[in-house]
Amino acid sequence: MPRQAPRRRGSDVSGTPGRVGVVFVSHSSKIAEGLVELAAQMAQHTTLVAAGGTDDGGIGTSFDKVGQAIAEADSGAGVAVLCDLGSAILTAETALDFLDDDVRDRVRIVDAPLVEGGVAAAVAAESGASLAEVVAAGRSAAGGRTESDGGASGGSAAGAAASGDAQTGHSRTVTIVNRDGLHARPAAEFVKLAGTFDVKVTVNGKDAKSLLGIMALGLTKGAPVEVASADPAGREAVDALADLIETGFGEA
Amino acid sequence: MTLGIDWTTDWIRRSAAVVSEHRGELITLDREIGDGDHGENLDRGFTAVLAKLDDLPADASPGDALKLVATTLISTVGGASGPLLGTAYLKAAGAVGQEKELDGAALVALLTAARDGVVLRGKAEPGDKTMIDAWTPAVDAAAAAVADGKDEVAVLEAAAAAAEQGAEATEPLVARKGRASYLGDRAIGHRDPGAQSSSLLLRAAADAAAGAPSAGQ
Repeated sequence: MPRQAPRRRGSDVSGTPGRVGVVFVSHSSKIAEGLVELAAQMAQHTTLVAAGGTDDGGIGTSFDKVGQAIAEADSGAGVAVLCDLGSAILTAETALDFLDDDVRDRVRIVDAPLVEGGVAAAVAAESGASLAEVVAAGRSAAGGRTESDGGASGGSAAGAAASGDAQTGHSRTVTIVNRDGLHARPAAEFVKLAGTFDVKVTVNGKDAKSLLGIMALGLTKGAPVEVASADPAGREAVDALADLIETGFGEA
Repeated sequence: MTLGIDWTTDWIRRSAAVVSEHRGELITLDREIGDGDHGENLDRGFTAVLAKLDDLPADASPGDALKLVATTLISTVGGASGPLLGTAYLKAAGAVGQEKELDGAALVALLTAARDGVVLRGKAEPGDKTMIDAWTPAVDAAAAAVADGKDEVAVLEAAAAAAEQGAEATEPLVARKGRASYLGDRAIGHRDPGAQSSSLLLRAAADAAAGAPSAGQ
């Protein structure tokens, strides 16, 4: 089973301590296991558990597998469950009904596409995000790519604060210094920081809070990155995010 | 004449028999508008239920037997009907509690809770071309029969007949829930397999109450 490493066998603790676990429920065991492999590339320290197929390995979903997977992924920090078609969700919901109240309180079924949402949730979990943040990351995969286009996002709300410049917001262009570009870990860190600000910030026109949107930019070393906010209150956020890129996210 | 554990286990045995007998028909219905596994899944589930039925303690209540069906279907069916019917039997078990003998009102409570369980799990409404289209008329007919002062056998007969009509009435519908909802107008003309299997289960309940031949203990 291609599952994740840092689970301490022999101790009573399941999952990865302090980290949200992720469960993939699919009609197909191959899809669920493949997704664990895929997401593990970007979330090496997170407990990712596959719950695919029926008990006898056929196509379908298994109540017992889902229940066991949740138990296995649960370190106490919460579990995000991603599902594919219809009965996967029904089976997962039923499995939740059978959990003890205190466990059920920290398990969430994420309404998101299995692959995109699953990867986004796993990467968020890897960054140490809370359960709510992991769920939000998964959900953001549900269509974050189309929602933010052009960087010239109007200036409508900025009228009163207009200083006479054409742009009322703030932008900085910085360069990616990381050898491997803005890959999953730094991207997750970036999105996490962006999420701490209320203002809307864009990265080359993409929503800075959308992990998949950022990763889809394919930013490699040396790439110029424009961090911008049309909101006059966005200066602090833009500077913080631009600084983070310039420092190389703690790697070279 | 109230109905007790003997009726409940007879209902369950007849359910398993009728699902097995109609396995091919359910597979065909599901292949037309779904993924074709309904007959096989239900048959697997009820076969597993049968295997556990003899382990019920001698003093088990109808609710205990229904709960056994619920947990077994949930863990063995593998398709959407597992959690859906499993929740139905689970809620039905809860509705009758530890009553040893069920009268007409208790049967209505059982059927209502079962239907509400399916709704809770699947969020379907009448007319969505789902098993709800068999369960809801059955609940209504059973309640009407009790209001008319009918006995338990007649109450279940009314429920079964209404479920059969309800299943048949899914044929002209467009599906709004489940796999068949992907088909749009192409689902028209096909009976919903879930409504059909639910009507079979309710017919088995009526047959068990009437002491009709076959299955039995």
